[in-house]
Amino acid sequence: MKIIVAIKQVAVRDSQLRIAASGQWIDEADLAYEINEPDAYALEAGLQLKEAHGGEVVALSAGPPRVAQTIREALAKGADRAIHIEGDLSSADPLATCRLLAAALKPETPDLVLTGLQSDDLGYGQTGPILAELLGVPHATIIMQVEKSDSGIRVKRELEDGWFQFVDMPLPALLSIQSGFSKLRYATLMGIKKAKSKEIRRVTAADLGVVAAAPAIAFDRVYLPERTKRTQLFEGSPKEAAAKLVEKLKFEARVI
Amino acid sequence: MNILAVMEQRHGQWHRMSFETLAAAQQFASQLGATASAAVVGRGTAPLAAELAARRLDRVYAVEHELLSEYTPDGYCLALGQLIERVQPSVALFPHTYQVRDFLPKLASRFGRVAVSDAVSHRIENGQLVLVRQLFQGKVNVDVRFVGDGPYFASLQAGAYRADQVSEGAAAVEEFAPEISPDQIRTRPQEPFRESQRAVDLGAAEIIVAVGRGIKEADNLPLIQKLADVLGAELAASRPICDAGWLPMERQVGSSGQTVTPKMYLAVGISGAIQHLVGMKGSRTIVAINKDANAPIFEVADYGIVGDLFQIVPELTEAIQKVK
Repeated sequence: MKIIVAIKQVAVRDSQLRIAASGQWIDEADLAYEINEPDAYALEAGLQLKEAHGGEVVALSAGPPRVAQTIREALAKGADRAIHIEGDLSSADPLATCRLLAAALKPETPDLVLTGLQSDDLGYGQTGPILAELLGVPHATIIMQVEKSDSGIRVKRELEDGWFQFVDMPLPALLSIQSGFSKLRYATLMGIKKAKSKEIRRVTAADLGVVAAAPAIAFDRVYLPERTKRTQLFEGSPKEAAAKLVEKLKFEARVI
Repeated sequence: MNILAVMEQRHGQWHRMSFETLAAAQQFASQLGATASAAVVGRGTAPLAAELAARRLDRVYAVEHELLSEYTPDGYCLALGQLIERVQPSVALFPHTYQVRDFLPKLASRFGRVAVSDAVSHRIENGQLVLVRQLFQGKVNVDVRFVGDGPYFASLQAGAYRADQVSEGAAAVEEFAPEISPDQIRTRPQEPFRESQRAVDLGAAEIIVAVGRGIKEADNLPLIQKLADVLGAELAASRPICDAGWLPMERQVGSSGQTVTPKMYLAVGISGAIQHLVGMKGSRTIVAINKDANAPIFEVADYGIVGDLFQIVPELTEAIQKVK
């Protein structure tokens, strides 16, 4: 099975975020970066499928040169090779980014394309379904489990309220993997060593023949949310305070 | 100008967020001087369409096909793509459900558009719609504008609009029969099931009682469970409680757990680290019980009691029992 995993590099989770002077994005000056955590689960799913069924795992990522570090980490965890679409994607909308990814994916003719569910920074959660449309393959999202079947694959999809569903689909296909799919592996020393000699193919939008289209959405302003709530505090003995609170919950907030 | 609310249903049951989307469509329409319409997709949609006919809408579209009885992304994109071609809405609004997340990006890309997903609010500026989204798990907001020609697509975060604000009225029902052939549907969904060990979807809970470090020991948890029980609430926790193994990880709320927006979120013994707040601050009513009056949880709480949770919680449980 030839599996391509799309991964994104994002600012580390606990970053102290400041708004850039332009008001259009965050200030990236002092940020550290890491693999988008949901994509780490997609990579893990890809590696497990390869271990079970053989084949190849290719990591695909788009972004500036710093993304190479995240790609190396994917190679160290076990991806066989990688494609890095180099370029500044800071003003690209999800469709524009997916056009680039699709252009790099198509000539590879993968059996399975995996993505994480959403990114920790932009959080659109759209890369998977848009890519599936551009590639002309069926897709399923929020996937907890993947099994090979006679006619393709059977995946376990998470629904809401604790419900699940199996979905049968042919290959090639695209899956968005749910975080928590499986425990994540760490790169071994051997893996890190091997990664140094693995291939990273660098391409640009021009190499892929992708001409930037006009964006469909644009950011007006990025800002920190205001906190404006004022808390009503209830005093007195525990019994009195509890009674006052219940009164408010019943007749003002009307939640009980 | 027309705003189209695409409602979600399964086997004749509305998804609870559908009417939030309908309320939003009515608000957008009145602020933009537009009309609002609604669509329901599936098989046997007539009773649901009839229910929508009693709302203040220009039109109700019953998108009906036997291949739409079970949700598939292919079926829904075909059906809604054809409906949108025919109706030409300026804006199509969806609830940000798991199902919508599965097909909306694909549908929008068919029109060369990008959906603004998981919007939390909106405003009208110079007659243009501006949607607010959250970035970096709620740490940063962004105002997003559509560029170019419509139709525009957006999905709305749970609880961002209030279902009880839908206006009554009358609307004409129009049946719409999309053209779909079986070979166009490439995935075969099986019957949904629940696992014996039920996974917890806190996102669907109307009331959540969450517990933090203030509980001190696992042995004290039944006190909080009892409060949750009288409220008919799901029990949740901040990260340290789950890390300690006192409650399973699936009950964790926060940046590394679930993001929830229930009607009421009752935080007991939770100081309110930002990693926790990002997961619950969108809740409609937030109640905090904490011994520290300066705890950040009170920055987001609507109601609060400062004091010893071991004294307050039993009194609160009893008081709620009385009024229930």
